[in-house]
Amino acid sequence: MRQAFIDTVMKILDDDPRSALVIAEISAEPMAKAFADHPDRAFNVGIREQLMIGVAGGLALTGLRPIAHSYATFLVDRAYEQIKLDLGHQGAGAILVSVGASYDGSTAGYTHMSPMDVALLDTLPGWRVHVPGHPDEVAKLLREAMSHDEKVYIRLSTKENSSAHEDGSVVKPGQGRTVVAVGPMLDPVLSATEGLDFRVVYTNTPRPLRVDGGAILVEPYLEGTSAHLGRFDSIGVKRVDLHRYGSPKDHARWHGLDPESLRARLTAL
Amino acid sequence: MTVAAVEPLLFRLTGDEKHAPSAHSTLDVLWVLYDRVLNVGPDRIDDPERDRFLLSKGHGPAAYYAVLAAKGFIPEEWLDDLAGPDSPLGHHPDRLRVPGVEISTGSLGHGLGLAIGTALGLRAQGLLTPRVLVLLGDAELDEGSNHEAIAFAGASYLDSLTSVVVDNGSTSHPWPHGLASAFTVRGWSAADVDGRDHEALYQALTEAHPGRPHAVVAHVERKGS
Repeated sequence: MRQAFIDTVMKILDDDPRSALVIAEISAEPMAKAFADHPDRAFNVGIREQLMIGVAGGLALTGLRPIAHSYATFLVDRAYEQIKLDLGHQGAGAILVSVGASYDGSTAGYTHMSPMDVALLDTLPGWRVHVPGHPDEVAKLLREAMSHDEKVYIRLSTKENSSAHEDGSVVKPGQGRTVVAVGPMLDPVLSATEGLDFRVVYTNTPRPLRVDGGAILVEPYLEGTSAHLGRFDSIGVKRVDLHRYGSPKDHARWHGLDPESLRARLTAL
Repeated sequence: MTVAAVEPLLFRLTGDEKHAPSAHSTLDVLWVLYDRVLNVGPDRIDDPERDRFLLSKGHGPAAYYAVLAAKGFIPEEWLDDLAGPDSPLGHHPDRLRVPGVEISTGSLGHGLGLAIGTALGLRAQGLLTPRVLVLLGDAELDEGSNHEAIAFAGASYLDSLTSVVVDNGSTSHPWPHGLASAFTVRGWSAADVDGRDHEALYQALTEAHPGRPHAVVAHVERKGS
Protein backbone atom coordinates (compact mmCIF):
# COMPACT_ATOMS: atom_id res chain seq x y z
CA MET A 1 0.00 0.00 0.00
CA ARG A 2 2.84 2.36 0.80
CA GLN A 3 4.26 1.91 -2.71
CA ALA A 4 0.82 2.47 -4.25
CA PHE A 5 0.57 5.69 -2.23
CA ILE A 6 4.02 6.87 -3.31
CA ASP A 7 3.30 6.10 -6.98
CA THR A 8 -0.01 7.97 -6.83
CA VAL A 9 1.47 10.99 -5.02
CA MET A 10 4.13 11.30 -7.74
CA LYS A 11 1.43 11.38 -10.42
CA ILE A 12 -0.71 13.83 -8.46
CA LEU A 13 2.25 16.22 -8.04
CA ASP A 14 2.87 15.98 -11.80
CA ASP A 15 -0.78 16.56 -12.78
CA ASP A 16 -2.25 18.88 -10.17
CA PRO A 17 -0.63 22.28 -9.57
CA ARG A 18 -2.71 22.65 -6.39
CA SER A 19 -1.17 19.57 -4.78
CA ALA A 20 1.62 19.74 -2.19
CA LEU A 21 3.48 17.13 -0.17
CA VAL A 22 4.98 17.53 3.31
CA ILE A 23 6.89 14.77 5.04
CA ALA A 24 9.11 14.51 8.10
CA GLU A 25 11.91 12.25 6.83
CA ILE A 26 9.76 9.10 6.72
CA SER A 27 9.58 7.85 3.09
CA ALA A 28 12.08 10.51 1.95
CA GLU A 29 14.15 8.00 0.02
CA PRO A 30 11.42 6.36 -2.08
CA MET A 31 9.94 9.82 -2.68
CA ALA A 32 13.23 11.42 -3.72
CA LYS A 33 11.96 12.04 -7.25
CA ALA A 34 9.07 14.15 -5.93
CA PHE A 35 11.49 16.51 -4.17
CA ALA A 36 13.74 16.71 -7.22
CA ASP A 37 10.90 17.30 -9.69
CA HIS A 38 8.72 19.57 -7.55
CA PRO A 39 10.93 21.48 -5.10
CA ASP A 40 8.30 24.23 -4.97
CA ARG A 41 5.49 21.94 -3.74
CA ALA A 42 7.18 18.93 -2.10
CA PHE A 43 8.90 19.44 1.25
CA ASN A 44 10.79 17.25 3.66
CA VAL A 45 10.96 19.31 6.87
CA GLY A 46 13.28 16.89 8.68
CA ILE A 47 12.27 14.96 11.78
CA ARG A 48 9.79 17.66 12.83
CA GLU A 49 6.21 16.44 12.96
CA GLN A 50 4.74 19.52 14.64
CA LEU A 51 6.22 21.60 11.85
CA MET A 52 5.00 19.16 9.20
CA ILE A 53 1.38 19.80 10.19
CA GLY A 54 1.93 23.53 10.72
CA VAL A 55 3.38 23.80 7.23
CA ALA A 56 0.48 21.79 5.83
CA GLY A 57 -1.91 24.24 7.52
CA GLY A 58 -0.09 27.25 6.06
CA LEU A 59 -0.04 25.72 2.56
CA ALA A 60 -3.79 25.09 2.81
CA LEU A 61 -4.40 28.70 3.88
CA THR A 62 -2.84 29.85 0.60
CA GLY A 63 -5.18 27.58 -1.38
CA LEU A 64 -3.02 24.51 -1.94
CA ARG A 65 -4.10 20.95 -1.09
CA PRO A 66 -1.41 19.48 1.18
CA ILE A 67 -0.72 15.79 1.73
CA ALA A 68 1.23 15.06 4.94
CA HIS A 69 2.70 11.65 5.59
CA SER A 70 4.48 9.73 8.33
CA TYR A 71 4.08 6.83 10.74
CA ALA A 72 0.66 7.00 12.36
CA THR A 73 2.15 7.45 15.79
CA PHE A 74 4.20 10.49 14.73
CA LEU A 75 1.61 11.90 12.33
CA VAL A 76 -1.43 11.69 14.60
CA ASP A 77 -0.40 10.95 18.19
CA ARG A 78 2.59 13.27 18.31
CA ALA A 79 1.13 16.13 16.27
CA TYR A 80 -2.37 15.96 17.73
CA GLU A 81 -2.55 19.59 18.82
CA GLN A 82 -1.28 20.77 15.44
CA ILE A 83 -3.99 18.69 13.76
CA LYS A 84 -6.56 20.23 16.09
CA LEU A 85 -5.40 23.84 15.74
CA ASP A 86 -3.24 24.29 12.61
CA LEU A 87 -5.78 22.47 10.46
CA GLY A 88 -9.21 22.15 12.11
CA HIS A 89 -9.43 25.42 14.05
CA GLN A 90 -8.04 27.43 11.10
CA GLY A 91 -10.74 26.02 8.84
CA ALA A 92 -7.95 24.46 6.77
CA GLY A 93 -8.07 20.99 5.25
CA ALA A 94 -5.36 18.46 4.47
CA ILE A 95 -4.88 14.83 3.58
CA LEU A 96 -2.95 12.91 6.23
CA VAL A 97 -1.59 9.56 5.08
CA SER A 98 -0.08 7.19 7.62
CA VAL A 99 1.88 3.97 7.53
CA GLY A 100 2.61 1.75 10.52
CA ALA A 101 -1.02 0.99 11.32
CA SER A 102 -1.69 -0.41 14.81
CA TYR A 103 1.04 -3.04 15.32
CA ASP A 104 2.47 -3.20 11.77
CA GLY A 105 5.71 -2.04 13.35
CA SER A 106 5.59 -4.82 15.95
CA THR A 107 9.32 -5.55 15.94
CA ALA A 108 10.01 -1.89 16.73
CA GLY A 109 7.86 -2.06 19.86
CA TYR A 110 5.12 0.11 21.32
CA THR A 111 6.91 3.38 20.45
CA HIS A 112 6.11 2.66 16.80
CA MET A 113 2.53 1.51 17.25
CA SER A 114 -0.62 3.55 17.05
CA PRO A 115 -3.82 1.59 17.48
CA MET A 116 -5.37 4.81 18.86
CA ASP A 117 -5.03 7.06 15.79
CA VAL A 118 -8.64 6.87 14.62
CA ALA A 119 -9.92 7.31 18.19
CA LEU A 120 -7.82 10.46 18.50
CA LEU A 121 -9.15 11.88 15.22
CA ASP A 122 -12.67 11.03 16.41
CA THR A 123 -12.27 13.61 19.17
CA LEU A 124 -12.08 16.28 16.44
CA PRO A 125 -14.91 17.42 14.18
CA GLY A 126 -15.14 16.62 10.49
CA TRP A 127 -12.44 14.06 9.74
CA ARG A 128 -13.11 11.52 6.97
CA VAL A 129 -11.22 8.29 7.49
CA HIS A 130 -10.22 5.76 4.84
CA VAL A 131 -8.70 2.39 5.73
CA PRO A 132 -7.88 0.62 2.47
CA GLY A 133 -7.56 -3.15 2.60
CA HIS A 134 -5.62 -3.57 -0.64
CA PRO A 135 -3.03 -1.52 -2.58
CA ASP A 136 -5.42 -1.22 -5.54
CA GLU A 137 -7.84 0.78 -3.39
CA VAL A 138 -5.30 3.47 -2.50
CA ALA A 139 -5.14 5.52 -5.69
CA LYS A 140 -8.91 6.00 -5.93
CA LEU A 141 -9.19 7.09 -2.29
CA LEU A 142 -6.31 9.55 -2.64
CA ARG A 143 -7.59 11.00 -5.92
CA GLU A 144 -11.04 11.41 -4.39
CA ALA A 145 -9.52 13.23 -1.40
CA MET A 146 -7.72 15.60 -3.81
CA SER A 147 -11.03 16.64 -5.36
CA HIS A 148 -12.16 18.69 -2.33
CA ASP A 149 -10.72 20.62 0.62
CA GLU A 150 -11.98 18.59 3.56
CA LYS A 151 -9.93 16.89 6.30
CA VAL A 152 -9.06 13.34 5.27
CA TYR A 153 -7.06 10.61 6.99
CA ILE A 154 -5.86 7.62 4.97
CA ARG A 155 -4.52 4.76 7.08
CA LEU A 156 -2.20 2.43 5.17
CA SER A 157 -1.17 -0.98 6.48
CA THR A 158 1.20 -3.79 5.62
CA LYS A 159 -1.69 -6.15 6.33
CA GLU A 160 -3.73 -6.52 3.17
CA ASN A 161 -6.57 -8.58 1.76
CA SER A 162 -6.03 -10.93 -1.19
CA SER A 163 -8.16 -8.73 -3.44
CA ALA A 164 -9.54 -5.19 -3.61
CA HIS A 165 -13.19 -4.43 -2.88
CA GLU A 166 -15.58 -1.53 -3.24
CA ASP A 167 -16.61 0.30 -0.09
CA GLY A 168 -19.94 -1.06 1.16
CA SER A 169 -19.86 -4.26 -0.89
CA VAL A 170 -21.41 -7.46 0.46
CA VAL A 171 -18.50 -9.88 0.21
CA LYS A 172 -20.32 -12.86 1.71
CA PRO A 173 -24.11 -13.02 1.56
CA GLY A 174 -25.95 -14.73 4.40
CA GLN A 175 -29.06 -14.73 6.57
CA GLY A 176 -27.20 -14.43 9.87
CA ARG A 177 -25.79 -11.38 11.64
CA THR A 178 -23.96 -8.81 9.61
CA VAL A 179 -20.25 -8.45 10.23
CA VAL A 180 -18.72 -5.23 8.91
CA ALA A 181 -14.99 -5.67 8.30
CA VAL A 182 -12.87 -2.51 8.13
CA GLY A 183 -9.99 -2.52 5.60
CA PRO A 184 -7.45 -5.30 6.20
CA MET A 185 -9.75 -7.07 8.69
CA LEU A 186 -11.74 -8.48 5.76
CA ASP A 187 -9.65 -11.56 5.01
CA PRO A 188 -9.34 -12.60 8.67
CA VAL A 189 -13.13 -12.13 9.01
CA LEU A 190 -13.79 -14.21 5.87
CA SER A 191 -11.68 -17.08 7.16
CA ALA A 192 -13.19 -16.77 10.63
CA THR A 193 -16.73 -17.04 9.26
CA GLU A 194 -16.08 -19.86 6.80
CA GLY A 195 -18.95 -22.35 7.02
CA LEU A 196 -20.85 -20.10 9.44
CA ASP A 197 -23.97 -18.14 8.57
CA PHE A 198 -22.76 -14.54 8.76
CA ARG A 199 -23.26 -11.81 6.20
CA VAL A 200 -19.94 -10.02 5.65
CA VAL A 201 -19.84 -6.41 4.45
CA TYR A 202 -16.63 -4.55 3.62
CA THR A 203 -15.81 -0.91 4.25
CA ASN A 204 -12.66 1.08 3.59
CA THR A 205 -14.37 4.31 4.66
CA PRO A 206 -15.25 4.05 8.34
CA ARG A 207 -15.77 7.82 8.69
CA PRO A 208 -18.48 8.68 8.04
CA LEU A 209 -19.51 5.26 9.39
CA ARG A 210 -22.39 3.35 7.89
CA VAL A 211 -23.19 0.32 10.03
CA ASP A 212 -26.67 -1.01 10.78
CA GLY A 213 -27.69 -1.43 14.41
CA GLY A 214 -27.18 -4.97 15.60
CA ALA A 215 -24.18 -5.59 13.37
CA ILE A 216 -20.70 -6.59 14.53
CA LEU A 217 -17.94 -4.20 13.55
CA VAL A 218 -14.43 -5.61 13.24
CA GLU A 219 -11.89 -2.78 13.25
CA PRO A 220 -8.09 -2.96 12.83
CA TYR A 221 -7.58 -0.26 15.48
CA LEU A 222 -8.52 0.17 19.14
CA GLU A 223 -11.57 -1.86 20.11
CA GLY A 224 -14.58 0.35 20.69
CA THR A 225 -13.19 3.24 18.61
CA SER A 226 -16.55 3.42 16.81
CA ALA A 227 -18.76 2.48 19.77
CA HIS A 228 -19.93 6.08 20.18
CA LEU A 229 -21.45 6.04 16.70
CA GLY A 230 -24.21 3.45 17.09
CA ARG A 231 -25.53 0.35 18.78
CA PHE A 232 -23.47 -2.54 17.52
CA ASP A 233 -20.83 -4.91 18.84
CA SER A 234 -17.18 -4.00 18.36
CA ILE A 235 -14.11 -6.15 17.95
CA GLY A 236 -10.68 -4.56 17.65
CA VAL A 237 -7.25 -4.08 19.17
CA LYS A 238 -7.15 -4.37 22.96
CA ARG A 239 -6.26 -1.33 25.07
CA VAL A 240 -3.03 -2.71 26.44
CA ASP A 241 0.69 -2.08 26.10
CA LEU A 242 2.02 -5.62 25.81
CA HIS A 243 5.69 -4.64 26.00
CA ARG A 244 6.32 -7.32 23.38
CA TYR A 245 7.93 -7.48 19.94
CA GLY A 246 7.28 -10.41 17.57
CA SER A 247 5.44 -10.24 14.24
CA PRO A 248 2.16 -8.50 13.38
CA LYS A 249 0.73 -12.00 13.20
CA ASP A 250 1.75 -12.62 16.81
CA HIS A 251 0.10 -9.37 17.86
CA ALA A 252 -3.07 -10.27 15.97
CA ARG A 253 -3.23 -13.46 18.01
CA TRP A 254 -2.50 -11.67 21.29
CA HIS A 255 -5.28 -9.17 20.55
CA GLY A 256 -7.73 -11.89 19.50
CA LEU A 257 -7.80 -10.76 15.87
CA ASP A 258 -6.43 -13.87 14.13
CA PRO A 259 -9.06 -15.96 12.30
CA GLU A 260 -9.26 -18.60 15.02
CA SER A 261 -9.83 -16.14 17.88
CA LEU A 262 -12.18 -14.08 15.72
CA ARG A 263 -14.28 -17.15 14.97
CA ALA A 264 -14.62 -17.85 18.68
CA ARG A 265 -15.47 -14.22 19.47
CA LEU A 266 -17.98 -13.85 16.63
CA THR A 267 -19.87 -17.03 17.55
CA ALA A 268 -19.89 -16.07 21.24
CA LEU A 269 -21.56 -12.70 20.54
CA MET B 1 -3.00 59.27 12.22
CA THR B 2 -0.55 58.37 14.96
CA VAL B 3 -0.53 55.63 17.55
CA ALA B 4 -2.34 58.09 19.85
CA ALA B 5 -5.47 57.39 17.79
CA VAL B 6 -5.45 53.85 19.16
CA GLU B 7 -5.54 55.03 22.78
CA PRO B 8 -9.30 55.64 23.11
CA LEU B 9 -9.95 52.37 21.29
CA LEU B 10 -7.78 50.52 23.79
CA PHE B 11 -9.63 52.15 26.69
CA ARG B 12 -12.92 51.24 25.07
CA LEU B 13 -11.79 47.63 24.78
CA THR B 14 -10.31 47.15 28.21
CA GLY B 15 -12.21 49.75 30.24
CA ASP B 16 -8.87 50.28 31.91
CA GLU B 17 -7.82 53.93 32.06
CA LYS B 18 -5.33 53.38 34.85
CA HIS B 19 -2.73 51.78 32.62
CA ALA B 20 -1.02 53.72 29.87
CA PRO B 21 -1.14 52.22 26.35
CA SER B 22 2.50 51.26 26.88
CA ALA B 23 1.17 48.53 29.20
CA HIS B 24 0.49 46.74 25.92
CA SER B 25 3.86 45.32 24.91
CA THR B 26 2.93 44.77 21.29
CA LEU B 27 1.20 48.10 20.64
CA ASP B 28 4.04 50.00 18.97
CA VAL B 29 5.15 47.05 16.86
CA LEU B 30 1.58 46.46 15.67
CA TRP B 31 1.09 50.14 14.92
CA VAL B 32 4.26 50.42 12.85
CA LEU B 33 3.34 47.23 10.99
CA TYR B 34 -0.18 48.30 10.10
CA ASP B 35 0.63 51.97 9.57
CA ARG B 36 3.81 51.71 7.54
CA VAL B 37 4.99 48.20 6.76
CA LEU B 38 2.23 45.79 5.80
CA ASN B 39 0.68 45.87 2.38
CA VAL B 40 -2.84 45.15 3.62
CA GLY B 41 -6.19 46.88 3.77
CA PRO B 42 -9.75 46.26 4.91
CA ASP B 43 -10.94 46.44 1.30
CA ARG B 44 -8.76 43.50 0.22
CA ILE B 45 -8.62 40.97 2.99
CA ASP B 46 -8.71 38.14 0.42
CA ASP B 47 -6.29 39.70 -2.08
CA PRO B 48 -3.69 37.02 -2.92
CA GLU B 49 -1.08 39.78 -3.27
CA ARG B 50 -1.53 41.09 0.29
CA ASP B 51 1.15 40.69 2.91
CA ARG B 52 0.31 38.11 5.57
CA PHE B 53 0.57 39.15 9.22
CA LEU B 54 0.29 36.25 11.64
CA LEU B 55 -0.08 37.01 15.33
CA SER B 56 1.43 33.87 16.79
CA LYS B 57 1.39 35.19 20.34
CA GLY B 58 -2.40 35.25 20.58
CA HIS B 59 -2.35 36.30 24.24
CA GLY B 60 -3.48 39.79 25.19
CA PRO B 61 -4.74 40.81 21.74
CA ALA B 62 -6.23 44.13 22.91
CA ALA B 63 -3.63 46.15 21.02
CA TYR B 64 -4.22 44.01 17.92
CA TYR B 65 -7.99 44.58 17.98
CA ALA B 66 -7.55 48.28 18.65
CA VAL B 67 -5.18 48.63 15.68
CA LEU B 68 -7.53 46.60 13.44
CA ALA B 69 -10.37 48.93 14.46
CA ALA B 70 -8.26 52.05 13.92
CA LYS B 71 -7.39 50.82 10.43
CA GLY B 72 -11.00 49.98 9.54
CA PHE B 73 -10.82 46.18 9.51
CA ILE B 74 -13.46 45.83 12.23
CA PRO B 75 -16.20 48.16 13.53
CA GLU B 76 -15.27 50.09 16.68
CA GLU B 77 -18.51 48.88 18.30
CA TRP B 78 -17.03 45.39 18.49
CA LEU B 79 -14.56 46.66 21.08
CA ASP B 80 -17.35 47.15 23.64
CA ASP B 81 -18.09 43.46 24.13
CA LEU B 82 -14.76 41.67 24.47
CA ALA B 83 -15.28 37.93 24.91
CA GLY B 84 -19.05 38.24 25.29
CA PRO B 85 -21.22 35.31 24.20
CA ASP B 86 -21.89 36.82 20.79
CA SER B 87 -18.66 38.76 20.42
CA PRO B 88 -16.35 37.97 17.50
CA LEU B 89 -13.49 39.25 19.67
CA GLY B 90 -12.17 36.93 22.36
CA HIS B 91 -9.10 36.84 24.51
CA HIS B 92 -7.46 34.96 21.66
CA PRO B 93 -8.24 35.89 18.05
CA ASP B 94 -10.26 33.69 15.69
CA ARG B 95 -9.60 34.04 11.95
CA LEU B 96 -13.06 32.74 11.10
CA ARG B 97 -14.68 35.52 13.18
CA VAL B 98 -12.49 38.59 12.63
CA PRO B 99 -11.83 40.14 9.22
CA GLY B 100 -8.13 40.65 8.57
CA VAL B 101 -7.02 38.08 11.13
CA GLU B 102 -4.92 35.53 9.22
CA ILE B 103 -4.63 32.79 11.86
CA SER B 104 -6.49 31.73 14.99
CA THR B 105 -4.09 31.55 17.91
CA GLY B 106 -3.91 31.25 21.66
CA SER B 107 -1.94 28.08 22.25
CA LEU B 108 1.67 29.21 21.92
CA GLY B 109 4.07 28.02 19.26
CA HIS B 110 1.75 27.58 16.29
CA GLY B 111 2.27 30.75 14.26
CA LEU B 112 5.73 30.16 12.91
CA GLY B 113 4.93 26.77 11.36
CA LEU B 114 1.80 28.19 9.76
CA ALA B 115 3.85 31.17 8.54
CA ILE B 116 6.39 28.89 6.87
CA GLY B 117 3.63 26.94 5.15
CA THR B 118 2.08 30.22 4.04
CA ALA B 119 5.38 31.52 2.67
CA LEU B 120 6.04 28.26 0.81
CA GLY B 121 2.48 28.17 -0.54
CA LEU B 122 2.71 31.72 -1.87
CA ARG B 123 6.06 31.01 -3.50
CA ALA B 124 4.74 27.82 -5.10
CA GLN B 125 1.95 29.81 -6.71
CA GLY B 126 4.28 32.45 -8.10
CA LEU B 127 3.17 35.07 -5.56
CA LEU B 128 6.62 36.50 -4.94
CA THR B 129 5.68 39.98 -3.70
CA PRO B 130 3.78 39.26 -0.48
CA ARG B 131 5.81 39.07 2.70
CA VAL B 132 4.89 36.92 5.66
CA LEU B 133 5.41 38.53 9.06
CA VAL B 134 4.81 36.69 12.28
CA LEU B 135 4.75 38.17 15.77
CA LEU B 136 5.94 36.07 18.72
CA GLY B 137 6.65 36.65 22.39
CA ASP B 138 9.97 35.95 24.09
CA ALA B 139 8.42 33.35 26.41
CA GLU B 140 6.57 31.83 23.48
CA LEU B 141 9.98 30.76 22.21
CA ASP B 142 10.07 28.29 25.10
CA GLU B 143 7.82 26.06 22.98
CA GLY B 144 9.85 23.53 21.01
CA SER B 145 7.64 23.81 17.93
CA ASN B 146 9.23 27.22 17.26
CA HIS B 147 12.65 25.67 17.10
CA GLU B 148 11.51 23.12 14.55
CA ALA B 149 10.30 26.08 12.49
CA ILE B 150 13.32 28.35 13.01
CA ALA B 151 15.71 25.58 11.93
CA PHE B 152 13.75 24.66 8.81
CA ALA B 153 13.14 28.26 7.68
CA GLY B 154 16.85 29.03 7.99
CA ALA B 155 17.86 25.92 6.09
CA SER B 156 15.29 26.76 3.39
CA TYR B 157 16.59 30.33 2.84
CA LEU B 158 13.01 31.54 3.22
CA ASP B 159 13.59 35.24 2.68
CA SER B 160 9.92 36.23 2.39
CA LEU B 161 9.60 35.45 6.11
CA THR B 162 10.16 37.89 8.97
CA SER B 163 9.68 37.12 12.65
CA VAL B 164 9.14 39.89 15.16
CA VAL B 165 9.75 38.81 18.73
CA VAL B 166 8.43 41.21 21.32
CA ASP B 167 10.78 40.69 24.25
CA ASN B 168 9.29 41.83 27.53
CA GLY B 169 11.53 39.57 29.55
CA SER B 170 8.76 37.17 30.46
CA THR B 171 10.60 33.90 29.89
CA SER B 172 11.84 32.19 33.07
CA HIS B 173 14.95 31.03 31.26
CA PRO B 174 16.44 33.76 29.05
CA TRP B 175 18.79 32.98 26.18
CA PRO B 176 22.33 33.14 27.57
CA HIS B 177 23.65 34.87 24.45
CA GLY B 178 20.55 36.91 23.69
CA LEU B 179 17.30 35.92 22.06
CA ALA B 180 18.48 36.83 18.54
CA SER B 181 21.02 34.01 18.76
CA ALA B 182 18.16 31.49 18.60
CA PHE B 183 17.66 32.68 15.02
CA THR B 184 21.17 33.56 13.85
CA VAL B 185 22.53 30.12 14.76
CA ARG B 186 20.05 28.76 12.21
CA GLY B 187 21.09 31.11 9.43
CA TRP B 188 18.63 33.96 9.93
CA SER B 189 19.66 37.59 9.92
CA ALA B 190 18.59 39.40 13.06
CA ALA B 191 18.28 42.89 14.49
CA ASP B 192 17.78 44.04 18.08
CA VAL B 193 15.73 47.21 18.37
CA ASP B 194 13.91 49.31 20.92
CA GLY B 195 10.33 48.08 20.71
CA ARG B 196 8.98 51.58 21.42
CA ASP B 197 11.08 53.36 18.78
CA HIS B 198 8.90 53.60 15.69
CA GLU B 199 11.67 54.62 13.32
CA ALA B 200 13.99 51.85 14.51
CA LEU B 201 11.15 49.32 14.21
CA TYR B 202 10.34 50.52 10.71
CA GLN B 203 13.96 50.24 9.60
CA ALA B 204 14.37 46.75 11.06
CA LEU B 205 11.06 45.51 9.65
CA THR B 206 11.78 46.74 6.14
CA GLU B 207 15.47 45.92 5.96
CA ALA B 208 16.35 43.80 2.91
CA HIS B 209 17.48 40.29 3.84
CA PRO B 210 18.06 38.47 0.57
CA GLY B 211 18.51 34.73 0.81
CA ARG B 212 17.53 34.34 4.44
CA PRO B 213 14.68 34.86 6.84
CA HIS B 214 14.89 37.82 9.17
CA ALA B 215 14.21 38.18 12.89
CA VAL B 216 13.55 41.45 14.64
CA VAL B 217 13.82 41.37 18.42
CA ALA B 218 11.80 44.28 19.78
CA HIS B 219 12.82 44.99 23.36
CA VAL B 220 10.21 46.55 25.64
CA GLU B 221 9.89 47.07 29.39
CA ARG B 222 9.95 43.92 31.49
CA LYS B 223 6.53 42.43 32.08
CA GLY B 224 5.14 43.75 35.38
CA SER B 225 7.75 46.50 35.63
